[in-house]
Amino acid sequence: MSIIASALIIAGLFFFFVGTIGILRFPDFFTRAHAAGKCDSLAAILVMVGIAVFNLAEPSLAALLVSIKILFIAVFVFIVSPTATHALTEAALLRGVKPWEKEKKRS
Amino acid sequence: MERLFLAVGIALVLLMFLSLYRVIAGPSILDRILGANVIGTKTTILLLIIGLLFDNVGMYVDIAVAYAMLNFITTLGAAKYFLRRKSVHLEDSP
Repeated sequence: MSIIASALIIAGLFFFFVGTIGILRFPDFFTRAHAAGKCDSLAAILVMVGIAVFNLAEPSLAALLVSIKILFIAVFVFIVSPTATHALTEAALLRGVKPWEKEKKRS
Repeated sequence: MERLFLAVGIALVLLMFLSLYRVIAGPSILDRILGANVIGTKTTILLLIIGLLFDNVGMYVDIAVAYAMLNFITTLGAAKYFLRRKSVHLEDSP
């Protein structure tokens, strides 16, 4: 039980790390939004499911209730985080932020 | 297991400081909102881990629920505001 929880939490931390590097290094708002969306939904859900599994190591009614609440946060984040990213990207696109392009080759 | 949670919490705080660079020095307003959104999600996770470290998850889970909802409302409201407000220039002209 605790091995599964550790693996999930460490995988989530890896995705947080990669997403933060993407937010820092990408050249454009849209690419940064792509990295932030991964960091928000996937990594957060992995860590939350890991914590919920670890919380059930000693099963009781109170622990079950707390785990259900944590899974509720995971479902909420899974619905809400793509919505927030989509709203930001829509605002950027409708206000005319231009996507990044590769620099043209010298002739 | 306690050591793992402590290490994950410290790593999350360091990653939040790295994301704070995008909030402070972001070239446009939407970049700042995006960085704040990512910091809010990390704070939700950090609240759960603080609850595990203090052996009191039942209290901190409720705070995490409230923080996740607040983070979503903040981002959506700011995005709608800057979508409507035409006088603010989102993109820096080079």
